[in-house]
Amino acid sequence: MLLARQLSAIESGEMEVGHTDGLIIAITGPPGVGKSCLIDGILHRLSPKNKVAVLAVDPTSPLSGGALLGDRIRLSVLDDDSKSDSIYVRSIATRSSSGSMPSIVKDLASHLLANSFDLVIIETVGAGQAEMRCAAVANRIIVVEGPARGDGVQAEKAGLLELADLIVVNKSDLDGADRVVNDLTVSLTLTNDAPPIIRTSAIGGEGLDELAELILTIEERTSSRRARVRQQLLMAHENLLTRNPAFDAVIDRMSEEGISIEDALRELNE
Amino acid sequence: MGARQRIVIAKPGLDGHDRGAKVVARALRDGGHEVIYTGLRRTPDQIVRTIMDEDARFVGLSSLSGAHSHLFPKICNLLREAGLDDVVVFGGGIIPEEDRAPLFAAGVRALFGPGTPSTEILEFVESASLRDCGVASQDDWHWGE
Repeated sequence: MLLARQLSAIESGEMEVGHTDGLIIAITGPPGVGKSCLIDGILHRLSPKNKVAVLAVDPTSPLSGGALLGDRIRLSVLDDDSKSDSIYVRSIATRSSSGSMPSIVKDLASHLLANSFDLVIIETVGAGQAEMRCAAVANRIIVVEGPARGDGVQAEKAGLLELADLIVVNKSDLDGADRVVNDLTVSLTLTNDAPPIIRTSAIGGEGLDELAELILTIEERTSSRRARVRQQLLMAHENLLTRNPAFDAVIDRMSEEGISIEDALRELNE
Repeated sequence: MGARQRIVIAKPGLDGHDRGAKVVARALRDGGHEVIYTGLRRTPDQIVRTIMDEDARFVGLSSLSGAHSHLFPKICNLLREAGLDDVVVFGGGIIPEEDRAPLFAAGVRALFGPGTPSTEILEFVESASLRDCGVASQDDWHWGE
């Protein structure tokens, strides 16, 4: 069976996969900050000897259940024939998962690693400050920031930035990028194992060589390990809940018969 | 509503008019399908590669440049060569009446012109998903016959 078909079978729950060790990098950050363009820049610079898979996650409509998956448009590297065997890109919709990172992405990444890919890059949905579920799936996290996204206090806030193994300040060709780098650097001086910060311009090319070199050797920060495990546990617990056969029926009873949350939890635990 | 399908919407050839493709992509999204949009000016090889990698069951080809009689059959042939026999091909754009029959014969299962209600495209996807009408099928059915 074709790899792409196997991934569909995993996504729809018809095929189970075991765990495979390997490098899984999440690239996350707010919408429009340049995640897809940075991935394109990295892929152009990696040697065809590195087999890389990209799982690009976009949101599913909560109204229709449909999705418009447009991340491939930015990936001009797909037109490079010398890399057609070493790069695989798959668009993933969040479907019924409660957050922005479907747990099935972990299984998809494992399957790709088991099928001779050296590296899996996950492009997350455009993420806010507190969307940390990508830590349950990836073992390295790159947070992308950009200029004109608020004052220096934003850099002091707790959240996603604390889990970053590498911070990229993209759009360095625009005014204000220096200030963002400065704010982040000052904020991180109070951290014991601060992640590196690099400046990039996905359009102009600045910093992309450095990023492509770093990506294969990013070190995991020890201080974020506990937070990662916590996210894994939360995700596993949520899976138990949403895969409970009574889950949908209990939601119906809550909305139609008005049973309480306490009673609903009791029914699900029976 | 029918089952959720993965559908590639593609713009083959040198044609920069993508309003129609985007409207169709949006209508399919709102109809509950997962739509992968390729962007402009894709070659037949690039489109087939996208269909393969994304494991799409449908591909919608939009052409307003007049090159449909060359590009659509080429994509149908490449799909069969790649073994993607069960992919359903449909098209849209400015397709003159006399060009329609040869495109259906080449494996295209529907052609939607300007003014087509989006509900009709959704009905086509549901009907086609229930029958064996992939690009390599012997069935000579097409939408609206």
